Amino acid sequence: MASGVKPRVKAPKKASAGESVVIKTLISHKMESGQRKDSDGNVIPRSIINRFTCDYNGQNIIDVALAPAISTNPYFEFEATIPEAGEMKFTWYDDDGSVYETAKTVEIG
Amino acid sequence: TLMLPVRGAMAAADDMIAEFTGGASVGDSGITLTTPEIAENGNTVPIEVDAPGAVSILVLASGNPTPDVATFNFGPLAGAQRASTRIRLAGTQDVVAVAKMADGSFVQARNTVKVTIGGCGG
Repeated sequence: MASGVKPRVKAPKKASAGESVVIKTLISHKMESGQRKDSDGNVIPRSIINRFTCDYNGQNIIDVALAPAISTNPYFEFEATIPEAGEMKFTWYDDDGSVYETAKTVEIG
Repeated sequence: TLMLPVRGAMAAADDMIAEFTGGASVGDSGITLTTPEIAENGNTVPIEVDAPGAVSILVLASGNPTPDVATFNFGPLAGAQRASTRIRLAGTQDVVAVAKMADGSFVQARNTVKVTIGGCGG
C-alpha cells in the first residue's frame, strides 16, 4: 500500500551545538494488522510499516522495529543530540517494499 | 467480533523476554514505562518508555494475539533513551518494557492497562 502515505515531521530548525531536541514524527498508514477479517470471514493480509529510522549527518539517532500492534498512522516522539549543523533523515520501511523518506535541516544558532 | 484474551499469551511474552535477555536476570529499576490506567479505545493507546543508558528497549503487550509491539534501538546521537508511540491493545492486560543497558544488564517495567474497547478485532 504505497498510496496515500504521507510522512510528517516536527523538528526544530535551530539548536545549540550539543543540545538535545525533541522530534515528533507521524506517517499516514493504515497498519493492517493481519488479525482482522473481512465481511466474508477471510483474514485481511498484514500490511504494515515494519521499521523506522532517524539519522543525523549519517549517524543513527533511533532505529525502531514495528510490529502490527503499533497503531494506524504510526507516531513516534524521541530526542536527538545535535552536534553540528546538518541534515536529519527520516526513513520508513513498508512490508510491500516501499521506502518513504523525508529530511529536515538543522542550523546551529 | 469476539476478542477474548488469548490464553498462553503471557507465556509467549515471557518467551520473547527470555529471547531478548538471553535468560539473564532482569532488574526492575532504571526504567520507566508510562501508560494510561484506563484506555477507552484500545486502537490507540499512548505509551512512553524511558531508560537512561539503554541500548535498546523491547515493548510487549502480553495479552495481544501476538505480544510483539516494538523494539527501540538507540544510536550514538539519541538525545535520551526515551521514546513515545501509540499502540493497539486487544483488551485489559499488562504492557511490558525490557531495556538492555549499555553494560549488558537488563531491567524491566510492567504496567496494567484497562481497555474498554479492544483494538485488534475487526
